[in-house]
Amino acid sequence: MAEILSVGIDIGTSTTQVIFSRIAMENTAAYFAVPHVSIVDKRVVYKSAVHVTPLRTPVLIDGDAVRDIVAAEFEKAGFTPADTGTGAVIITGESARKENAAVVLEKLSGFAGEFVVSTAGPDLESVIAGKGSGAWKDSVDHQCATVNLDVGGGTTNIVVFSRGDVAGKGCYDIGGRLIRVSPEGRIQSVSPAAAAAARDAGVSLSPGDRADVQTLSAVTGRMAQLLAEAMGLSRPTPLLRAVQTPGSTPLALPPRIDRICFSGGVADCIREDRTGDPFRFGDVGPLLGRSIREGLLYRSLPVLEAGETIRATVVGAGTYTTTLSGSTIAYDEDLFPMKNVPVLKLTEAEEAAAFRGEAETLADRMVWFAGQSDGSRMLLSLRGRRDPSYGEVKTLAASLSRAAELALPAEEPLLVALEEDMAKALGAAMSPLLRGRPMMAIDSVHTEDGDYLDLGRPLMNGLVIPLVVKTLLFG
Amino acid sequence: MAEPERIAAIVAEVMEQLRRTGSVVLPASPAPQPEMQSAGDCEDLTSPACKKISLLDHPQDPEALERMRGRTTARIGVGRAGPRLKTKTMLTLRADHAQARDAVFADVDSALPQRLGLFTVETRCGDKDTYLTRPDLGRRLSEEAAETLRQRCIPHPDVQIFASDGLSSTAVEANLEKILPALTDGLKARGLTVGTPFLLRFGRVAAEDHVAEILGAKVVCVLLGERPGLATAESMSAYIVYNAYVGIPESKRTVVSNIHKDGISAVEAGAYLTEVICKILEQKASGVDLVK
Repeated sequence: MAEILSVGIDIGTSTTQVIFSRIAMENTAAYFAVPHVSIVDKRVVYKSAVHVTPLRTPVLIDGDAVRDIVAAEFEKAGFTPADTGTGAVIITGESARKENAAVVLEKLSGFAGEFVVSTAGPDLESVIAGKGSGAWKDSVDHQCATVNLDVGGGTTNIVVFSRGDVAGKGCYDIGGRLIRVSPEGRIQSVSPAAAAAARDAGVSLSPGDRADVQTLSAVTGRMAQLLAEAMGLSRPTPLLRAVQTPGSTPLALPPRIDRICFSGGVADCIREDRTGDPFRFGDVGPLLGRSIREGLLYRSLPVLEAGETIRATVVGAGTYTTTLSGSTIAYDEDLFPMKNVPVLKLTEAEEAAAFRGEAETLADRMVWFAGQSDGSRMLLSLRGRRDPSYGEVKTLAASLSRAAELALPAEEPLLVALEEDMAKALGAAMSPLLRGRPMMAIDSVHTEDGDYLDLGRPLMNGLVIPLVVKTLLFG
Repeated sequence: MAEPERIAAIVAEVMEQLRRTGSVVLPASPAPQPEMQSAGDCEDLTSPACKKISLLDHPQDPEALERMRGRTTARIGVGRAGPRLKTKTMLTLRADHAQARDAVFADVDSALPQRLGLFTVETRCGDKDTYLTRPDLGRRLSEEAAETLRQRCIPHPDVQIFASDGLSSTAVEANLEKILPALTDGLKARGLTVGTPFLLRFGRVAAEDHVAEILGAKVVCVLLGERPGLATAESMSAYIVYNAYVGIPESKRTVVSNIHKDGISAVEAGAYLTEVICKILEQKASGVDLVK
């Protein structure tokens, strides 16, 4: 049994949070079988307070202030960056679209340990939040379709889990902080998406206006209605398309939804019917919460109580992003850790050619890919074959080694990830052909074109590699 | 009517009846049935395509049933006829059992050792019945076999690998061609001397102790067909011992089991065994003494 400490840092539209969790892994195979290491336990050991995301201007995050928050939380938790074995810094919602998001992430990514990924992208956020909230576990435990809506400050991230698989994901510019209200009770700012919703609801909002509950409820009511449209409960209006978050996938819905679950800061405002000042957070979150509770969505589908609400994303980021490679793999030790390795997924035709022993087309593709990603590091992603013959493995090894020789600089490692369990055999067959070029062959890894991989140091006596597959990087 | 003809006629009649009632042959379905293996009019009940068909009537959640069945080779979701199994389930069980028995009683196809350049020797059993009833004889090589080994194998190798039918010739046929070269190449790449491989008929695991004594091998590894079950007859195991001698305790054996297409694939197992054997040589220990 081995344990690693994982850190999750989420810089959201309205809040910034840190959590630490312990991820335990164990060889779960029988004594007489080939080892199979799996993650057996995940435990959140520290949750930070919910901090307001510090902004320098409406379009700039105060990077130094964020770093101070994180540093203070490390200290409070009693950990140092060197203690963390894995984790994710994730910048979410509107924050991801701030001008200096990439710079802020870079700052934290180096600060928070050696193998801590910085990751972002609305689709991935949706999945992470849904895992953190408990919706994913619900869909696994009850073998049903559970939808998680993470209603945050700037966006609502939606994910559909069908029996544990991600069946659909989407993201809309709907959130509690799209309209900000000053302590004096005046409207401070209105985001473009909120302005569009207001126009559609037939009310006018301008900064400086007095914040009127009735007027603003009309806007949040329209937002809640949009969520119901997104969930297929009423006919989608053109506005729904307009508020779809740039870079997100259109939400695909399964034929039946068994349960919905709300997470994110606004989720707390849905549950608690507090009659306090609706502008106590300086935004319309509480009003949006109320609108959702009174709306079609809440009334039409059974609601699952979320395990985490406002912390769902950070818990998901710290706990669910790390996975393990297969347990029979091959690699050169000093390659790790590796960050931000772009994935080149071979098409079925390309893979078939490689299995036939052809290296040239693959080499061309690799050269092209290197040009696209300005760097020659890449991970070749293959499906592989079930129970291959030794000849097949040797031929594939020859093609890949040859392609590496043609396309990669001499010192650049040949990195291969397969879905089928054949990496150790492939690695053993490749290594004599590589003339000293470093190599890694791992399996049980599913990646797509456009993904990036972070790979940590081997664990459990070198049996497995911890890894994070992410879908988007900045710049 | 002669006996075989009568039986054939009865079987044909029964099959026809079952077909009419829909208990044995699939009802015509719009979806094409992939790779249905058929011999004449008779489908192969043990084929994956055939086993994929659920016999449960009116499942509440067909998709969930499909998933559950996909996770196990156990016969779940087979429905029932009154208190009993359905005819098709019963016949499939019988067919699987027959396959398991065949795996025990069949001989390894002689083309296989030829393709792999292996010669064949025998234990002291002489035939399958003796092999099954006299485990002690299956643990010793015949005089003739010992002599052949002395003549044809290189002495004192670091690692002596050989294959044995054990209780499943089917397993040897399914995996040996994949695992043996992968393992041999892997060991040679690490600079180890690998002994001359061969096939041992009627072999029990402990025959490897005798082989190790005859050849003076540091490590001996037998790739042996495992007792077939009703799920697969193709499972192979590798038993590895450091410094073996006749009578060595069983606890000194390192075992890697479940080598077949639905367990660990044979080539991958070959690569894994390479590492295990290197570890054994490094630590000069195997079995429970080996620190994994």
